[in-house]
Formats: sequence, structure tokens, C-alpha cells
Amino acid sequence: MDFALDDDHLALREAVQRFCEGEYPAQHRGNPESAEQARQRWKGMAKLGLLGLPLPAAFGGSGQGAIEVMLAAQELGRALGGGAFVASTVIAGQLLAALGTPEQKLQWLPALASGEMQAALAIAEEGQRYDWTAPRLQATRTPRGWELQGRKTFVLHGDSASLFLVVARSATGLAVFAVDAATPGVRVHGFDTLDGRRAAHVDFEAVTLAEARLLATDGVEDAIEAALDAGIAALCAETAGAVEALLAATVDHLRTRKQFGAPLAKFQVLQHRVADLAIDLEQLKSMACVAAMAVAAGEPVQRRRLVSAAKVFASQAGRRAGLATIQMHGAMGMTDECRVGHYAKRLIAIGQQAGDAAFHLRHVLATN
Amino acid sequence: MRLQFTAAEEAFRQEVRAFVRAKLPADIKRKVELGLRLEHADYLTWFNLLEERGWLTPGWPPEHGGPGWNHVQRYIFDEETLLAGAPRIIASGIQMLGPVLIAFGTPDQKARYLPDIRASRTWWAQGFSEPGAGSDLAAVRTTAVLEPDGKHFVVNGHKVWTSYAQWCSMMFALVRTDPTAAKPQEGISFLLIDMKSPGLTVRPIRMLEGGTDLNECFLDNVRVPVENLVGELHKGWSYGKYLLGHERTGIAGIGSCKQQLARARQLAAQQGLADDALLQARLAQFEVELIALEATALRLLAPGQGSRTPAVEASMLKVRGTELRQAIYETLVDIAGPDALPFSTEAQFLEHLDEAAVAPELTAVAANCLDARKVSIYGGTNEVQRNLIARATLEVY
Ligand SMILES: Cc1cc2nc3c(=O)[nH]c(=O)nc-3n(C[C@H](O)[C@H](O)[C@H](O)COP(=O)(O)OP(=O)(O)OC[C@H]3O[C@@H](n4cnc5c(N)ncnc54)[C@H](O)[C@@H]3O)c2cc1C
Repeated sequence: MDFALDDDHLALREAVQRFCEGEYPAQHRGNPESAEQARQRWKGMAKLGLLGLPLPAAFGGSGQGAIEVMLAAQELGRALGGGAFVASTVIAGQLLAALGTPEQKLQWLPALASGEMQAALAIAEEGQRYDWTAPRLQATRTPRGWELQGRKTFVLHGDSASLFLVVARSATGLAVFAVDAATPGVRVHGFDTLDGRRAAHVDFEAVTLAEARLLATDGVEDAIEAALDAGIAALCAETAGAVEALLAATVDHLRTRKQFGAPLAKFQVLQHRVADLAIDLEQLKSMACVAAMAVAAGEPVQRRRLVSAAKVFASQAGRRAGLATIQMHGAMGMTDECRVGHYAKRLIAIGQQAGDAAFHLRHVLATN
Repeated sequence: MRLQFTAAEEAFRQEVRAFVRAKLPADIKRKVELGLRLEHADYLTWFNLLEERGWLTPGWPPEHGGPGWNHVQRYIFDEETLLAGAPRIIASGIQMLGPVLIAFGTPDQKARYLPDIRASRTWWAQGFSEPGAGSDLAAVRTTAVLEPDGKHFVVNGHKVWTSYAQWCSMMFALVRTDPTAAKPQEGISFLLIDMKSPGLTVRPIRMLEGGTDLNECFLDNVRVPVENLVGELHKGWSYGKYLLGHERTGIAGIGSCKQQLARARQLAAQQGLADDALLQARLAQFEVELIALEATALRLLAPGQGSRTPAVEASMLKVRGTELRQAIYETLVDIAGPDALPFSTEAQFLEHLDEAAVAPELTAVAANCLDARKVSIYGGTNEVQRNLIARATLEVY
């Protein structure tokens, strides 16, 4: 294994760091974004090239891979930023790139990369937890194209996306459609999420689509898995970044707050908790690399196994770090004003996305 | 030794159970079972029902209106009420100040304050913590200076993390009356302060799950009559320690653990996880921890049974009980799965439940998990409890 970064990697990381320092001031990290902030930051990310990072150069992207996504996601995670980066660019963008016809890619990918629009994968359904392989949302052939009927849940950033990639059941198996949010019959019910972000349940009621809206019926499952794995790898990197910020905040706090006439850092039990946090952080960084390298290598069986392992670790160690850090901050850690709790919320939320620890643990078990 | 509760104890359990079933209003029960926010009126309603029955102040001696229960009865009462969806008794007047006044208050103070506490007419705020004095309470800096005529103290300082101050009309506070004392624990007094006094302002603190039950209290030249001093001048530390011992026993919260474990089982079934081996093993593990905790509580609390000082035993129960409860709350999040993601401060209130993006049983799961982080922080952090247990243990052996 080789963990070395080249000069381009370092430059990318530094650029994202600088962007985050400007856009996510330390005292506001984790606060819900205003519409104006979200627009501004999205534009900024587009300008940095982040929104087209893993998309093909022929369609407005920069043709980079999972390692570059990891570097960016880790910095965004450190700043609790990134908005719909994972949902729109990494998952939906890569799925479009994998399944779309050249015309479809030309229609949407450049607009995604330039930040003109966002896309979101509509895959989960009520009562199915994380298993998306048997959707109830029905796609029926009509003389003019297709009709969709059903409901998708927990579409991350679903109310800022103008394009949904909808996973449906057709007569011949799984199919993916590209559906404009403004299509008649599409109803978006947005809501706040634990981490101060947004998601939506989306109803599709007799939604009529032209044939050109079908992305694919072949190879759909593999492509979805690959896109989701790329997204999960990015979430693992975000986790490492967030925990890195938590460790820094905790070190700072323990060095400055005094009780019993001494800085908290002098108490051995807290030293040991920090030691555990430091160990978790190093392992999280390693797991982010493992997941990114597995996605980059692209061999599906190994990729799925390693990405699942990384997600188990990120879900567990991320939440553990968030909760331990609250404890070390005392009552202050539980306030809205203290940033630590916002990191904890993001880490808990990541744990519940794209398959929780139990889901991915079962997957690791099944591939043993 | 005998594993079963006695027939009399079982009869008492049935009596409590029947009472809660008959009296607890359905909307309050629903709020508790769904982990939703309770309002002041909810607590008052329930406390008044308990008081009518003579059950609100189990820890008080009968001559002051306690029911005279032994430790097993108190234990059964806690468990039955919580399992039946009743609110926890959170009023610090009942649980903390009452016992202190009974032990150290003047006859006047007892006559003046105890009946109002029992009738829930007065809610008391606990004014101990300060920005610089959390775990190290002996570092309190709020000053109380006796006026030359000896009739009033003038209090200046800044209290923080004051639970439910917005509902309180009185505060009991630790204040520094002798800044020159040799040791930090000396020169502290225990003072009763009218929250409507000029110069006292309360500012709510927003917590990460959206609640605002914690407050800061600023005291700017607040005048307090000298008869509001509890016990001796400069000896407040010992009363504070007495009080914290009382706080810790209840914090073990075994009844709450059982209630949340029952909630976990119910949610697991609702989420289609009744046959999930990984989850069921985890719940069974909690069951084991609970049996151990319950047996330990009943053994250590029995008169003449505990081998160490009661304060240390209370610390042990607090550490295990709170950490078990937090682990169960984390498991609730896991059971909810993706349903733990939506988050709405409004949907934590019964009136807004139908606006939520998930089923009523799931709306508050993540907020409850976050809120539960407090139980290992307040009442003396678990790190500090472990220090106390270690000190006692290492000195014995
Ligand atoms: C929900 C809630 C309600 C509360 N209600 C009230 C109230 O009504 N009235 C009131 O007066 N107070 C109240 N408190 C305050 C509570 O008592 C304090 O938060 C608690 O004593 C810890 O103090 P701190 O928050 O300042 O943390 P700190 O003392 O700063 O502790 C920070 C961290 O350092 C650790 N630490 C500190 N000292 C040591 C040591 N010697 N060895 C090892 N580790 C150590 C702690 O365990 C913790 O992890 C409340 C707190 C909460 C969270």
C-alpha cells in the first residue's frame, strides 16, 4: 500500500482548506445554512472545481478520482461544510456518468459541475431501512414513454435538487430515471435533519416521463452500488475530518479550562480519553484511505467489502468521538453555542446514512 | 436471603400501578412514552396528584409529610411510576432543598417553605454552578456581603446551568461569605434567594437538542434577608454535600433504564427488527446489566447492607445507571435507522407531532439520545464519581 500524496493532492487540500476557512467561520460551524449562504458556498465549491471533481472531463468535470474526493471531503468534514457535495456530486453525479447516454450526460453533467443545478439520488423507501434492491416505486411503460408511481424517502438535500435520479421497479427489473423536480406529479416534502441540513420525502404520483428520461435498465444494480460506495467513502473521509476538528477543540479546551486549580489536561482520566480519541482518529484516517483506494481500484467485490468495513468503523468511532467530546466539555458541550455538539450531530447523522453500522457489519459478515 | 419481593411488597406494587393507571392523564403519559417535551403544567398536574395521595415526597420523614416508605417501597414506586409513563420527579425543591431544610433549617424556614414545596406552589432553582465552578464547586465566587445593620446580604455573581429557572420563584445558592478563608471549601454559605428580587436576571441557554431548560442567572446587588441563611454562616459546603448525596441516588435512574429498554423492544418490533440477532443480543446484554444494577441497588440501599459510605454507593449506582441509560438511548437511534435523521424542535411537542417526517414513536429518538448526555455530566460528572469511588476504595485496601 502507498499512502503518499503528490503535489497536486497537497495543492487541492490546501485550496479546500482555504475555502473552508473563509466560508465556515469556526464559531458558526454546524448552524443551518441560509439560502444565500448555501448559494454562495455552492458557487465557491464550483469555482474550486469540487463539483466536477470526479466527473468526466468530456462533460465539464475534472476527471479526478476517489483519492481527490477523499481529500476534499476530509477538509469539508473538518469545517462541517460541503452541503450537497456528497449527495449531488459524488453519488448522483457519478451515477449519471455511469448510466447516462452521451446526450443525457451532456444535458446534466456540465450543469452539475458548474453548480448551476443539484441532483439527488432518490433510492430509499418507507419501511425498507437501507435495502434498496426491491423498490416498490413502479415504472410502467406507456405509449409515450413511462409513468412513475410511488414514494421515496430520506432523499438527502432533496429540496434543493432540481433533478432526481429515481430508482424504480420496471417489468424487467431495476431502472433509473432522471426526473425534474418540477415535473407535474412530483411532490417534495422537505424537512430538517439532525445535523442542521435538509432532506425530503418525495411523492411521485402518475408522473409521466419521456423515453429520454430513462437512464438505464441494464447494469443498474452494479452502477448504483459503485456510486453509493463512492459516496460512503467520502462520508468516511468527512468523519475523519470532523473527528480531527473535535480532537483539536478538545485539546484546546482541556488545556485552557481549569478546575481544582489545574488545567483539565492534567487529569489522567481525561488524558486517556484523549489518547483513545487520537487512536480512533488515526484509524479513521486510515479507513478513509482504505475506502477511497478501494473505490479507486474499482474491483467490485473487494470494494464493497472494504467500503462496508470503513463505514462500520466510521459510524461507530465517529459517534463515539462526538459523544466523548461532549462529556469532556461538561455542560458547555451540550449547548447550541459550543461547536462540539454540532460535530456530534453530524457524526451521528453520517452513522445513520447510506447504511448504518449494523447494515454494513452484516455485509462484511456475508463476504467473509 | 430471598429472590422474590414479599407479598406485602407485591401488594404495594399493585397499589402504585393501579394509582398511576387511574390517575395519570393520557396526554402526559403519551408525551413521556414518546420522549416528547413536558411543560410546567404537566409536571404540576402529576405532582399535585401524587401529593393528594401523600406520595410526592417519599424521601421526607413522616412528620414532614413523607409516606414513611422503606428503601424497597421507594424503589418499587420509582420503577412502577416510570414504567407506566409518569414524569420523573425533577423538582429540586422536593429532592434537594427539602431534605436540607428538614435537617438544617430553622423552625421558621421549615414552616415557611416546606408546605409550599409539597404543594408545588414554589419551584426551587439550584444555584450552585458558575462559569468557573463546575466540577470544582468549592471555587464558587458569587459573593454575599452582610450589610452593616446585619439585616441583609448583598449578593453579586453569575450562576449558570440553572435547570428550570424559568419555572422557579426561589433559588437555593452557594455563595462566598468569607473570601479570606484558608481553604476554598470554607467561607461558603447556603442562601435562599427570591428570584423576583431586583437585580436578578435569568437568561435561557439553548441546548443542542433544541431545549431551553437551562439558564444563566446574573445577580447584581441582590438583597437577601438574613433569615434566608440556612444553617451556620460559612458552613454552606457541608449542606451542599449533604444535598448532592440526595441528588445522586435518584440519578441512577433504574426505572428510566427499564422504561427505555421496554421502548427499545417495542420500537424494534415496529421497525421489523424483532428477529434481528445482532440487535436482540444487544438488548439481552442490557437486560443482564439491568439485573446486576437492580440487585446492586437493592442490596446496597438495604439498611445495614452497604459496606462503604452511602455517598460512594450512590456514586457507583450513578455511574453504571447513567452509562447504561445512554447506551440504551444510542441503541434507540440504531433501531430507528434512517428514521433517526429527521430533526425538528417543534415535533418534540405533542401539538406538532403530526408535522413530523417520521412516525410519532421516532420523532424524538435522536433528541433524547443527545439530551441523555447530561446524565453523566450533572449531579457531579462520572469522572468525578469515579475519582470518589477510587479514593474510597484505595484507602480501604
Ligand atoms: C442538564 C444539566 C442540568 C444542570 N442543572 C444544574 C442546576 O440546576 N444547578 C447547578 O448548579 N448546576 C447544574 N448543572 C451543572 C452541573 O452540575 C455541572 O455541569 C457539572 O458539575 C460539571 O461541571 P462543568 O460542566 O463545569 O464541567 P467541568 O468541571 O469543566 O468538567 C469538564 C470535564 O472535565 C472532567 N473533570 C473535571 N474535573 C475532573 C477531575 N478532577 N478528574 C477527572 N476529570 C475531571 C469532567 O468530568 C468533564 O468531563 C447542570 C448541568 C447539566 C448538563
